[in-house]
Amino acid sequence: MSLNLLYALAGVALCGIGLAGFLLLNHLLRRLLAFNLLGSGVFLVLVGLAQHGDGPDPVPQALVLTGIVVAIAATALAIVLIRRYFHLTGRTSLDTGNNAGDGGGES
Amino acid sequence: MGFVVALAAAVLGAAGAAAPSELSDQLQASLARSGVEHPVTAVLLNFRSYDTLLEIGVLVIAGMAGISLASTNALEDPALRSADSLLYALQRWFVPVMLLLAAYLLWAGADRPGGAFQAGAVLAATGVLMRLGGLPMAFIRPGILLRLGLVLGFAVFLLVAVAGALNGEAFLAYPVTIAGGLILIIEIGLTFSIGMILLALFVAAPVTDEHEPEEGGGL
Repeated sequence: MSLNLLYALAGVALCGIGLAGFLLLNHLLRRLLAFNLLGSGVFLVLVGLAQHGDGPDPVPQALVLTGIVVAIAATALAIVLIRRYFHLTGRTSLDTGNNAGDGGGES
Repeated sequence: MGFVVALAAAVLGAAGAAAPSELSDQLQASLARSGVEHPVTAVLLNFRSYDTLLEIGVLVIAGMAGISLASTNALEDPALRSADSLLYALQRWFVPVMLLLAAYLLWAGADRPGGAFQAGAVLAATGVLMRLGGLPMAFIRPGILLRLGLVLGFAVFLLVAVAGALNGEAFLAYPVTIAGGLILIIEIGLTFSIGMILLALFVAAPVTDEHEPEEGGGL
């Protein structure tokens, strides 16, 4: 049981890292990665917490599996959109300010 | 930081609470009627198949959006092919093994971890490897084959659902006697479609640099 709790807490940490990255980073790809990290944290919390008497609960597992596949498709679509955006504008971040052209991310 | 602390507190609180177990008990009780033996597959493709149907719908929409964004002549770009001879040699060994693994995962989903989505992911990875190594992949060109492959899983799933409804059952309810066979048919269709969609999204990213100045100049 404590191992599953460890999974859930690791998911919490991933959520925190992902949220911080999503808010603080500028580069679109980094934001996408941070968003994925946030989603993975949520999945890990769901799978880690959902235990009943003997072993894992299959219903949240199926839920998370569905979520993972949708997340993959959304990520792939977002990458296509980001590349399209980059090809059209030459920018890698959404703000109209000064950091056009090069990286854009600050880390 | 405060967010993480609050979330951790919530997780600890939820872990301390007594877990409700009626749902898993119900699942165990009716697992025999689902047609498969693995509970996760039973939930995905029988008890909560509405979720899975909508999920493959989302995938089809994402795939179509990705393909329609791509400049079509970039779908089979020779410049993207790797000329690495090591990759080419390895590929001859990997591709059959990966196809075999995908088929095994698909079959194993009935009674152990595995299933259509895992098999579809392996199938897509095989396609990516084949593309990077430059094997001819005419089927990924926009055309009738690609469209058929994209919608196959969704169409098969919907067909089974509607057929059940016409037969007097509820929408998406399978007859108990042939539920296993129906689930296997759906899973085969899903595997092909998921592999195709993920591969199409990988291939679809617009890559030609030649058009960039004219396109960018318009904005």
